[in-house]
Amino acid sequence: MAQQLTAETATEERAEVAEWRPTLLAYLCNWCSYAGANLAGASRMPYDAAIRVIRVPCSGRVDPLMIYKAFERGVDGVLVGGCHLGDCHYSEGNYACQGRMTLVKALLKAAGIEEGRFRLEWISASEGSIFQAVVNEMAAKLRELGPARMGDG
Amino acid sequence: MPRVGVFVCQCGTNIAKSVDCAKVAEEAAKLPYVAHAATYVYMCSSAGQQMIEDAIREHNLSAIVVSACTPQMHQKTFEGCTERSGLNRYMSTMANIREQCSYVHKDPELATQKALELTAMAAAKAARDEPLFQSEAPINRKALIVGGGVAGIQAALDIAEAGYEVTVVEKTPSIGGRMSQFDKTFPTLDCSACILTPKMVEAYQNPNIRLLTYAEVEQVGGFVGNFEVKIRKHARSVDEEKCTGCGSCWEKCPQKKIPSEYDEQLGPRTAIYVPFPQAVPLVPVIDRENCLKFLKDRCGVCQKVCPANAVDYTQEDEIIEDTFGAIVVATGFDVWDHSDYGEYGAGQIPDVISGIQFERMLNLSGPTHGKVLRPSDGKEAKTVVFVQCAGSRDDQHGYPYCSKVCCMYTAKHAILLREKAPDAQAYIFYIDIRATGKGYEEFIRDAQRKYGAQYIRGRVSRMFRQGDKVRVFGVDTLGGGQVKIDADLVVLATAIEPRHDAKALSQLLGIGCDNNGFFNEAHPKLAPVDTMSAGIYIAGAAQFARDIPDTVAMASATAAKVVGLFSKEKLLSEPSVANCDVNLCSGCRACYVTCPYDAIEMTEHDDRAARMTRMVACVNENLCHGCGACSGACRSGAMTLRAFTDNQIEAQVEALCELVPA
Repeated sequence: MAQQLTAETATEERAEVAEWRPTLLAYLCNWCSYAGANLAGASRMPYDAAIRVIRVPCSGRVDPLMIYKAFERGVDGVLVGGCHLGDCHYSEGNYACQGRMTLVKALLKAAGIEEGRFRLEWISASEGSIFQAVVNEMAAKLRELGPARMGDG
Repeated sequence: MPRVGVFVCQCGTNIAKSVDCAKVAEEAAKLPYVAHAATYVYMCSSAGQQMIEDAIREHNLSAIVVSACTPQMHQKTFEGCTERSGLNRYMSTMANIREQCSYVHKDPELATQKALELTAMAAAKAARDEPLFQSEAPINRKALIVGGGVAGIQAALDIAEAGYEVTVVEKTPSIGGRMSQFDKTFPTLDCSACILTPKMVEAYQNPNIRLLTYAEVEQVGGFVGNFEVKIRKHARSVDEEKCTGCGSCWEKCPQKKIPSEYDEQLGPRTAIYVPFPQAVPLVPVIDRENCLKFLKDRCGVCQKVCPANAVDYTQEDEIIEDTFGAIVVATGFDVWDHSDYGEYGAGQIPDVISGIQFERMLNLSGPTHGKVLRPSDGKEAKTVVFVQCAGSRDDQHGYPYCSKVCCMYTAKHAILLREKAPDAQAYIFYIDIRATGKGYEEFIRDAQRKYGAQYIRGRVSRMFRQGDKVRVFGVDTLGGGQVKIDADLVVLATAIEPRHDAKALSQLLGIGCDNNGFFNEAHPKLAPVDTMSAGIYIAGAAQFARDIPDTVAMASATAAKVVGLFSKEKLLSEPSVANCDVNLCSGCRACYVTCPYDAIEMTEHDDRAARMTRMVACVNENLCHGCGACSGACRSGAMTLRAFTDNQIEAQVEALCELVPA
């Protein structure tokens, strides 16, 4: 069951303000995952404020360099969200993305980026609660890992 | 140098309650390239839009950022502002600080900081925006309708009336769909066939409508205005041109005991058959899986008796390829199979049937000729128990949703039962009565008061055979206590569910399905018949369970959409398309193999610097949908997607990282 906004969640959020806040960058496809994030918003499902979304037309637009360079610039985690396989608005963009993200995982590992800092998720427009859960899980993981440092691996 | 204007919307208090909009505007004004920043209570209002337009002129802005709701809501609104102020309309970017900020983060400090960062990212992108232009494409003014039920028929008639050509593809041998199976309709008790068959005939006779029955859509390509569709017309084994529908063949067919799909397995049909007497077209098909000619190369009676010489055993599937400007999906629904439900006899008790089977039983041309008989022994049923919400509102066995029509049709069944057999008694188990249409509540009351239906509020816990009866145990939550009824017949109001092939069709069409498997509408309130794919619309129960008036209204709505589309002179294409820098392109073809639309061609480029001719990628903007898969695949950075360039995306990341407190 999705958590609803309450006075307590605001207090919990407040407690986080003083702490270090990870930067979680998300590339979300316009048709599914971005719409899923909007649904989470319209349903007032609170989630970790660490996330910053860049809207892309399709997960197929995501270039491995867009992820690598983001880590280089100092983000602590990257989420790529697309439509479920078979549901891509452009038929097969998410398959193209899936192939490339396998490469990204290997690339990041070589660069010393821990595994939990990068995730590829298929989130549909009706899965606001899944978006909420993924963001919360990832943000919690990033807090546990601390700031990302490239090249230490 | 770009001059970006930032406009922070308060959305009443929707944004302002957790985001300090004045502070966001104040801080935004210090960002690179930002020449002006302001906040207002409703940016989308006419006063808000005017404010933006005035600011563009006054501050000589080259691009704008509106920090407000989701661009899926108001991107076009604010593109109007840039256009009216004399800028290219696409010099407009939205930062989503409502759905993805104020709605989900309650703490003012966190929400304000995030809103500022999102605004800065949008400003970094806007500063690198370039004017975009749409190209024009012709519209093929023919509509394809998938599904020939009442929704498909209505949409076809409306579109044909407006003067456009329509092709209806129906999977079964006849149009008519679910409505043709019903005996009477609620709440007026009109005979279903009496109101439907004239429409079926009208569709058949309309010169603008082409009916392809016993056919399925096999492949869909192209895009709005120009969908390229491949349709498989299954071999009927009967020549449609020659057949007169006289019926000699199915009367003589020796295979008489095949369970009829149309009669929901309660009655038989022959191997060469029309599903029902009023079928349109009245041309039989041979069910090759059950025909002796095809199974054992014997018989051949139908061919011998056919006076028109129409039976053709050698007929093959026909593939029809055509181009359509728009598609209406009206594929209807299936009913939930209760054989998984152990408590209700797991489909093993013959006298436990579904609502749609009861519907066929009530029909004069149905398997029992309108008599309510027990399938087990053919005796008349006097005590009938109806169980509502069988598979609906039931996460455990079926679906979480309410199937919307079961309360009404169960009341109808109770009324018709009493009309057929005045000494019969209906008991109806229900959770709630949902009768929200015109005349619906009155209809339920009639069932109770005039037709003596006994409504019992509560669920049925189990049922099993007891002698020649079905013993039903339930609970009466209003009267209190357990209820035991020995019934002659149990009718389950089984849930309405998506067609079993809905998922496959959704993938073929590139439209999504919701969690339950119904087709997704573009917006639940404001675009209920649109899909996320331009030019594809949905009508009727394919989108969700609904009754006939709603289905017909929805079908007419899709027709209005199609006619609206067809009345345009030209289609304007996607402005955000891919573009290749031939100087950087190495001709590796990574984009060429990735593009889902074959929009990339490899062409010769005369490279003067290298004094050679080499192959480079070239984008056909009319075919490009703007997905960006090519630029994601490009290794040399030559391929960019306009409005989503590498440069713009990097600038957003950079803007974000500069603002994050170290």
